[in-house]
Amino acid sequence: MRLALERRGERSIFMALASPVIAIALTLAAGAALFALLGKPPVQALKIYFLDPLTDAWAIQEIIVKATPLVLIAVGLSFCYLANAWNIGAEGQFLIGAVTGGWLAVATHGTDAGYWVLPAMLVLGALGGAAYALIPAVFKVRFGASEILTSLMLVYVAELLLDYLVRGPWRDPKGFNFPTTAEFDPVAAMPMLIEGSRLHLGAIIALLIVIGAAILLARTLKGFEIKLVGAAPRAARFAGFNDKTLTVVTFAISGALAGLAGIIEVSATVNHLQPNISPGYGFTAIIVAFLGRLNPIGILIAGLFLALTFIGGETAQIALKVPLDFTKVFQGMLLFFVLTCDTLILYRIRLIPAPKVAHGIR
Amino acid sequence: MKKLVIAAAAAALAVGAALSGASAQEKLKVGFIYVGPVGDMGWTYQHEVARKAIQDQFKDKIDTTYLENVNEGPDAERSIEQLVRAGNKLIYTTSFGFMDATAKVAKKYPNIQFEHATGYKRDKNLATYSGRFYEGRYIQGIIAAKMSKTGTIGYIGSFPIPEVVSGINAMMLGAQSVRPDMKVKIIWVNTWYDPGKEAAAARALADQGADILTQHTDSAAATQFANERGIFSFGQDSDMIKFGPKSQLTAIINNWTPYYVDRINLALNKKWATGDVWGGLKSKIVQMAPYTNMPDDVKKLAMDAEAAITDGKLHPFKCPVVAQDGKTVECKGGTHLDDGQILSMNFYIKGIDDKVPAK
Amino acid sequence: MEFVEAILLTVVAASTPLLLAAAGELVVERAGVLNLGVEGMMIVGAACGFAGAFATGSILIGAICGILGGAGLSAIFALLTLGLAANQVASGLALTILGVGLSGLIGADFVGQKITGAPNLYVPYVTDIPLLGKLLFGENFFVYLSIALIVLIWHFLYRTRGGMVLRAVGDNHASAHALGYPVLRIRLLAVLFGGACAGLAGAYLPLAYTPFWTSGMTAGRGWIALALVVFASWLPWRLLIGAYLFGGITILQLHAQAFGVGIPSQLMSSLPYLATIIVLVAISWMRGRAGSPAPASLGLAFVPDR
Repeated sequence: MRLALERRGERSIFMALASPVIAIALTLAAGAALFALLGKPPVQALKIYFLDPLTDAWAIQEIIVKATPLVLIAVGLSFCYLANAWNIGAEGQFLIGAVTGGWLAVATHGTDAGYWVLPAMLVLGALGGAAYALIPAVFKVRFGASEILTSLMLVYVAELLLDYLVRGPWRDPKGFNFPTTAEFDPVAAMPMLIEGSRLHLGAIIALLIVIGAAILLARTLKGFEIKLVGAAPRAARFAGFNDKTLTVVTFAISGALAGLAGIIEVSATVNHLQPNISPGYGFTAIIVAFLGRLNPIGILIAGLFLALTFIGGETAQIALKVPLDFTKVFQGMLLFFVLTCDTLILYRIRLIPAPKVAHGIR
Repeated sequence: MKKLVIAAAAAALAVGAALSGASAQEKLKVGFIYVGPVGDMGWTYQHEVARKAIQDQFKDKIDTTYLENVNEGPDAERSIEQLVRAGNKLIYTTSFGFMDATAKVAKKYPNIQFEHATGYKRDKNLATYSGRFYEGRYIQGIIAAKMSKTGTIGYIGSFPIPEVVSGINAMMLGAQSVRPDMKVKIIWVNTWYDPGKEAAAARALADQGADILTQHTDSAAATQFANERGIFSFGQDSDMIKFGPKSQLTAIINNWTPYYVDRINLALNKKWATGDVWGGLKSKIVQMAPYTNMPDDVKKLAMDAEAAITDGKLHPFKCPVVAQDGKTVECKGGTHLDDGQILSMNFYIKGIDDKVPAK
Repeated sequence: MEFVEAILLTVVAASTPLLLAAAGELVVERAGVLNLGVEGMMIVGAACGFAGAFATGSILIGAICGILGGAGLSAIFALLTLGLAANQVASGLALTILGVGLSGLIGADFVGQKITGAPNLYVPYVTDIPLLGKLLFGENFFVYLSIALIVLIWHFLYRTRGGMVLRAVGDNHASAHALGYPVLRIRLLAVLFGGACAGLAGAYLPLAYTPFWTSGMTAGRGWIALALVVFASWLPWRLLIGAYLFGGITILQLHAQAFGVGIPSQLMSSLPYLATIIVLVAISWMRGRAGSPAPASLGLAFVPDR
């Protein structure tokens, strides 16, 4: 008896739509089982994790705030992954974007600069992230070096660079020698959408990017090119599409979006540079990209859902003393189930009975 | 107009908070934000020990809760607000990196009381507290000078921030008071907590001739290594004798319980007010673990120094303090450096050969 | 002399987990599967290893628990990527996140506990030889196992039929299948082996390196192990050199600091990562026309046609 995959004639539309739903259902079931194993009441825990945050205006705002950088980065990653360029270094590009954009804030601090500062910061952040992403892209295209590993190593380098800058040259002279820059001036801070809340303009920017990406991928030649190069590289080459150029282009886009996410997040939530500005957004965004099936609208939903698990996880920690590790287990399981269900879109599963006659040739 | 909206929102929140407070039972809900895991045997662990102690002491009068592993970046503000929304009226944020987030949330919820450890931003409803750990370092320096054969201390530093730098200086001043040519080797591991790196740093320091290890990081890796290697060590944050029965001379214990008990009492009696508490040996926030693995005369020396500091007769940073460049530091506190100078210390004293990183 | 010996000993100790994990991953990748979940498998191995050793008092049982933990997690990966032909990059990342979370849950009860670490070998007179004595004859069994593993893997890959078949599967799974080799079964065994090695590598940390458990103890070593496999061009002997080189740079930068070398510590800390990038690029560039030294079917899902 063994499992065999049998290719379907065409994509199963049913599975394509049902897959994420089934995946979530399976994750909830597995989560409930795990709660029970830990001695926590399963139904109540699930409710606190997934339902309670949705009933609370503040929590919904926080979900959007948390989802904003995730969605921005994930949309960029989806461009890369569709084209089979594996950018694992989004975390580093996020940090570098915060650094290049933050540079302007530090440079204009205390001067009476005008409203051009914030838009300029965003542009610098995007450019910085794009430039940083081009390093692994160029190494891949020119030398054939694995972009997975070079982009990953560069994450560590970016972390150390940020650390050096805020401890040394950019340290706030009035900050008791602690490693942070001065607070960003109001012109360098992201405006809030609602007074007194944390919901900021970045959310709108993220939404616009999602829409833009969706249009680009679905309706433009470039989008088609990206999808084709990933799905059928030979055919793409016959069509005259150059996969090397595309690697560079998609990495640049991805780096730009990650860098943009970095400077937006810093100017909106933290308002200064410090060694710790990302709770692993660049890596969580990879999950979001896959959960969203590399589709911008899917990524939007996946980002919101994942943000929900973070917020719910904190509430569960307070209310039920569920350890924070649980959230990671949830997210890992969710990705597993999504990948499993996704297989069913292209393949059917068959159980093959053991053969009664031994195969001849060996 | 903007101010009016904010004021109205704040008022609404305050009323809401007050109403929810009034409708709940008498129990005071106290929340803690931890930067690390409660099991780190170090910084966070000690806060957790204190939290359990106050829960035991006040029993039904308070209800404590905590959030651990809270990232010091963008998530901090939200986590603190989560505690507020869960009904906590007194919230402790236990790491420097939470400073701005705490200040922001404190502004938003003027009826909730906040206390931030090791920071410097205060508000009407935001107090700060910390420990004069450098007092313990001075005593450690005296012990190290007596116990070391090679005359070299191995210091595992986390980050070159004033708190750590002043600790190094205090230790060296204590050592120099007994042995003027004492030396120190410093390795910066750039983390508060990474047992593997700490063990590697410990090894490197020992290999380079240090036979007394101390650290400003949180795990017991260095102590364990020292025990194995047969050299001496000082525990950090908590009593690490379990990990170094033969190596630990003493440890600086972060004893937050008496401080928390004080503050809870004030809060329960509605007498809580903002302020800044920077307590040392006298307030018992800083405690020394029992002096072990040393001959009696060294023990006496240490205990005498401890008594002298506790009574205020001896100040680790008594003037004159000579900096690495040879110049005497301005003595702003009369007979010793003042608090401001210690809090922002970013220079080494004479006798330390390394340069302060990223100056 | 003593100083050099001390540094070498530290380098060996730091490099051993990298070597163990990378050795397993090398076999997995030679079979054509890219498992990015090494970090997750390692840390689950660490948690299980400590739990086993603490509960029974035996380092050996701890090591076995670590192996089983890593292999168990890799089985999930195998189900996904081999059974269901899912994307290997995504599956590996999911494994990492799942592993880190699970390890925290498994290890929760053991935080703050300590055990006696694995003992070092002692051969009278021989171990006391200056410089080489302790280095060659005074290590704990994990170190000897890691070297033995490289020898075994080299022998398996290049001197046995099984190894030849595995390499064939990694280079061209379609042809291998046409020749009648059970591609999926071979890959499954390779993945499980890789998981076992990663689990053992993780277990080494709380069983020998720093004998206690704490969450996040692997601190990214799994990712370094992945880099090492590429650095070594998927060749076992180069892996040995690479692991010790990497461990060496990490330790040397600590020593340089203690020595008083005045370079910013962040630059020093970044040296191992920069070095890996430079070597990766240099090797790929030198291969030039020959293309990437990677197994040609690496990362591609294999679904047998009926």
